Amino acid sequence: METSSASSTPASRAFQVPSRATDGQKAQTLIEIENFDFYYGAKQALFDINLKLDDKRVTAFIGPSGCGKSTLLRCLNRMNDLIDGTSIKRGGIKIRGVDVNARDVDSIELRKRVGMVFQKSNPFPKSIYENVIYGLRIQGETNKAKLDAVVEKSLRGAALWDEVKDRLHESGLGLSGGQQQRLCIARTIAVSPEIILMDEPCSALDPIATAKVEELIHELKKEFTIIIVTHSMQQAARCSDKTAFFYMGKLIEYADTRTIFMNPGNPQTEAYVSGRFG
Amino acid sequence: MKRFFDSELETFRSHLMIMGETAIRQVRDALKALVDADVALADRVIAADDELDNLEMSIDDEAIRYMNLRAPVATELRLVIVGMKASHDLERVGDECTTIAKRAVRLAGEPPLKPYVDIPRMANIAIEMLREAMDCFMHGDTDKALAVVRRDSEVDAINKQLYRELSSFMIEDPKTTTRALELMFISKSIERIADHACNIAEEMVFLAKAQDIRHRDELKKS
Repeated sequence: METSSASSTPASRAFQVPSRATDGQKAQTLIEIENFDFYYGAKQALFDINLKLDDKRVTAFIGPSGCGKSTLLRCLNRMNDLIDGTSIKRGGIKIRGVDVNARDVDSIELRKRVGMVFQKSNPFPKSIYENVIYGLRIQGETNKAKLDAVVEKSLRGAALWDEVKDRLHESGLGLSGGQQQRLCIARTIAVSPEIILMDEPCSALDPIATAKVEELIHELKKEFTIIIVTHSMQQAARCSDKTAFFYMGKLIEYADTRTIFMNPGNPQTEAYVSGRFG
Repeated sequence: MKRFFDSELETFRSHLMIMGETAIRQVRDALKALVDADVALADRVIAADDELDNLEMSIDDEAIRYMNLRAPVATELRLVIVGMKASHDLERVGDECTTIAKRAVRLAGEPPLKPYVDIPRMANIAIEMLREAMDCFMHGDTDKALAVVRRDSEVDAINKQLYRELSSFMIEDPKTTTRALELMFISKSIERIADHACNIAEEMVFLAKAQDIRHRDELKKS
């Protein structure tokens, strides 16, 4: 695995332009993945992954289909526990120093802290309001004033409030695809996670809806750490601060997004981001 | 994996190489027109400037189209950016050649002020610098590119020396002023051509290493 960083140019030094990644502040490591090997039955899907992901930043996982990027994403909130025959043979994942696979870590609690947005929007067949507070409802929250406040805050956070505030009690399934995806993001942030995992969140959306979700990602990183799996190179370039490139279960290169798309250190990364393979 | 639009980049590269060769030919011909007092050749240099202008526009058009439709990244993105910048430098080399050729026409009707020694020496260094810079484009040899940048001081030194020498001609015999000024401007044009060669060499370093060495003497020396 190679890591590299963009060289400092006279212009960047003169104007002190903070990278999108830092906004002038040094990022703290939130997630540490060390020597991580993951298996589906006998088939090894991830090989010796070592990666440190920054707090309140957007990290993009890119790579061709089957490279392991979604597998790794799902390992971060133990979604793979739900698949029979999966195992971790070596290494681990720590969030704020806590091993997510330790025996005393409750996977349900973990998933409250590490929310997930899927490729296809999956609103429940309930009202917009009930969709947003679903997580709080199953946690037993009944205070209406509190629930109302969470609905408004979450829908505002997901840039959906203005579009749905007058029809909160209509079905979530009546929204457009882009609105449904933002409703799912609102549902995710309603339980105040620390990390949001996004698995190709825009692959089923049109360009306008995609732009809105990307804008939202940019806003959400002020409060949340975001890890996004995407097949769109332009999306990774536009949205992320750092990018990790995977190939055949291995992490090939991890660097600032600017470096990955301007001067990648590894020829495989260059070939992939240039569309020469994958 | 070969992509259906890879040929567009090859065309882009070849147009830039053709432009480089055309610019070098123009410098050589402008110098020859001056030294041989060959008015016909000077006129051909002036007329041929259109070739460089057209190539520059064509390269710009190809670059914009490629960025717009192919969304290049990494080396390809740098290639397209550098190609546009280098073509602009080469077009300016052509403009300097036109200036030299026009002055050569005026000087052709006058007795020579002095034997042409320093101006051809300077022009030959500038031609070598241009050729080396364009070679870097083909082969990505950044050491060679840095060597081009370092050679600029040789040309600057000859230019200054000529300036002093031609100034003394004018002081000693004011009748030489017109010819001396023409030669000073020609010397300045050649010095500018060497500057453009340096720019191209610096752009080639950016192409090969994504490193911007402009205005950073410490990097140019390394």
